[in-house]
Amino acid sequence: MAINDGGLSLSQQRQRAAFWFIAPMLAALFFVAAWPLLRTIWFSLTDTALSDLYGGEWIGFDNYLSLRVLDSGRWIWRGTLVDADWWNAVWNTVRFAFVSVFFETVLGLIVALVLNAEFKGRGLVRAAILIPWAIPTIVSAKMWAWMLNDQFGILNDIALNLGLIDQKIAWTASVDTAMYAVLMVDVWKTTPFMALLILAGLQMVPRDIYEAAKLDGINPVKVFFRITLPLIRPALAVAIIFRMLDALRIFDLVYVLTPNSKATKTMSVISRENMIDFDKFAYGAAQSTLLFAIIAIFVSLYIWLGKVDLSGEGQR
Amino acid sequence: MMIMKGRAVRATATAAMLAVFGAPVMAEELFYVSGAVGNAVEDFKTIVKPWEEATGNTVTIVPMPASTTDQFGQYRLWLAAGATDIDLYQTDVIWAPQLADHFVDLTEAAKDLAPTHFPSIIESQTVNGKLVALPLFTDAPALYYRTDLLEKYGKTPPKTWAELAETAKAIQDGERAEGKADMWGFVWQGNAYEGLTCNALEWVKSFGGGQIVEADGTISINNENAVAALEAAKSWVGTISPDGVLAYQEEEARGVWQTGNAVFMRNWPYAYTLGNGDDSAVKGLFGVTTLPVGKDGDSSAATLGGWNVAVSKYSTKQDAAVSLALYLAGPEAQKTRALIASNLPTIVALYDDPEIAEKQPIIPQWKDVFLNAVPRPSAPTLGKYNEVSAKFWSAVHNTLSGEGSAAENLELLEVELTDIKGSGW
Repeated sequence: MAINDGGLSLSQQRQRAAFWFIAPMLAALFFVAAWPLLRTIWFSLTDTALSDLYGGEWIGFDNYLSLRVLDSGRWIWRGTLVDADWWNAVWNTVRFAFVSVFFETVLGLIVALVLNAEFKGRGLVRAAILIPWAIPTIVSAKMWAWMLNDQFGILNDIALNLGLIDQKIAWTASVDTAMYAVLMVDVWKTTPFMALLILAGLQMVPRDIYEAAKLDGINPVKVFFRITLPLIRPALAVAIIFRMLDALRIFDLVYVLTPNSKATKTMSVISRENMIDFDKFAYGAAQSTLLFAIIAIFVSLYIWLGKVDLSGEGQR
Repeated sequence: MMIMKGRAVRATATAAMLAVFGAPVMAEELFYVSGAVGNAVEDFKTIVKPWEEATGNTVTIVPMPASTTDQFGQYRLWLAAGATDIDLYQTDVIWAPQLADHFVDLTEAAKDLAPTHFPSIIESQTVNGKLVALPLFTDAPALYYRTDLLEKYGKTPPKTWAELAETAKAIQDGERAEGKADMWGFVWQGNAYEGLTCNALEWVKSFGGGQIVEADGTISINNENAVAALEAAKSWVGTISPDGVLAYQEEEARGVWQTGNAVFMRNWPYAYTLGNGDDSAVKGLFGVTTLPVGKDGDSSAATLGGWNVAVSKYSTKQDAAVSLALYLAGPEAQKTRALIASNLPTIVALYDDPEIAEKQPIIPQWKDVFLNAVPRPSAPTLGKYNEVSAKFWSAVHNTLSGEGSAAENLELLEVELTDIKGSGW
């Protein structure tokens, strides 16, 4: 040992060893996350076409914003940043993300509290509630598409028979209800995931605090807001970040469930459409880059405003 | 004896096929990708069987979603990546200019076969002198109507769109009063995808509103007749057509129709055989006619559809693939396809074929429909066609779902198309 340490202190040696242990992970992260991201950003600054991925030429920020002055002296702005379709998609996505994550958090919390209680067959219920999360999104989206079908759908049938509606509703087709349909299916699908993450947090709460509260005769509602909620806050915060990241890049559910209309088109959908269908690969790459930037901004804001402790330092 | 005879016939057929397609060097396994609408997958297996037996090769069909827009996205990805997994692609009539670079030139291989097809269809698949794909069948939609219901209410098949709306409304109300609460007047394809471009092009054209982008490249869509056409279509949604029609593609419309819940349907010829199937509630109860017109004096318009087969440049088994393409576009396969799936042949002589005339009497009648069919503006707009089409169907979908009036949306569309056009298509 003394021969190889090259005069390094013990802690330096340990750091060096640690680096080599995490190096494979860093390399993997670079290839699956950093490289595609950097490449997308690079594409967005070129005029690359899908049929010739290596033939793009540098055009600066023209895909984002460019100004052309016509001979008549008229100014014309072009690019994603002045593209009304893009901003409509941004608005759709943000609206979807906030509403879906809100409902998933509230419902997930309720489900987690129920599952945290002691009752017979708890293991079975815990497993069963995960089923919506385990079904691939494409499959559940197709399944819901049939259930929501205007003519043959079971939801319309039930609602008609119960007298809730007086004529069949075209859930996924109508501009007014398409977004609700997407939200409903997403909440159905993702609440179990939220519940599971919150349940994990709940189980970290020491039981003796509850016993002490009980002995002191504290109202259960007060117990929830003064003990449970503050103690699961870190777990809740992380769960919300995960869901937010996921919701902001929603693609499959919208693409399969609804017609590709303005009412539900999200950032991912519009970026794919440009890249593949319209052969505007670089333009789509610019939109993907903006999508990344928007997600990054949201998460940073959330962490900063919520003082979420991702490093785990505060737990020591 | 019978068996012997059957064998002898098959042996002769095989020998004949060998003479045509050349002796197999080695049994190849080919992959053929195609959208799956109706019975497409089963029908394909029936059609390709004689070729498999004659050459010893096998063909695996890779089914794709029914939406042509989805198919195109996937094909473009595979082709851009130079994927060798797929040897043959079934392509829509409008794709040739956009995908030409990725397919093998079939001019030489099909020099005997091509002249037997309708020249206009061969021309649509020729890009800069290169024959990109061989036609399998052509498509032109028609108006399906319920003969029993029209008779019951003493109506005739409508000549104009206004007549259609009126007849549909009368029958729909009458049937509902008799307890058929699910009855609708008219179903069509209103989802925001390529199919809506086809539907809306028919309305606009039959109202005398041009064809979006004219053959010389002029953008003609923003005009009074087109506005009138879209306003008429908008008035159907929720009255004679279910609100859900805005999410319907071909198969959803056929679902409503084939369960007996619609008086009229706009659809392609494939629905004819399926509608007469044993599991169909409308078997023998419907007829087919040309789509209505805007007003007397206008001419009916049917969007030219149709599917073709192209050989991938990246295929490692090109000889076998070209041989299969020639067979699929040839008279034998086209005849089988006409008989089992009521797909319209592209070989001129088949319209005089007695067997087809007997078993699918609708096909010879359809010749006139598609000879006058309107092409989508894929030729003048070249590589930008998809974007043009998407802008058009979005404008139409917005109008139909009440997001802005037809006049506003078409005015906006004109600006957008002008932007896309730039200095030229």
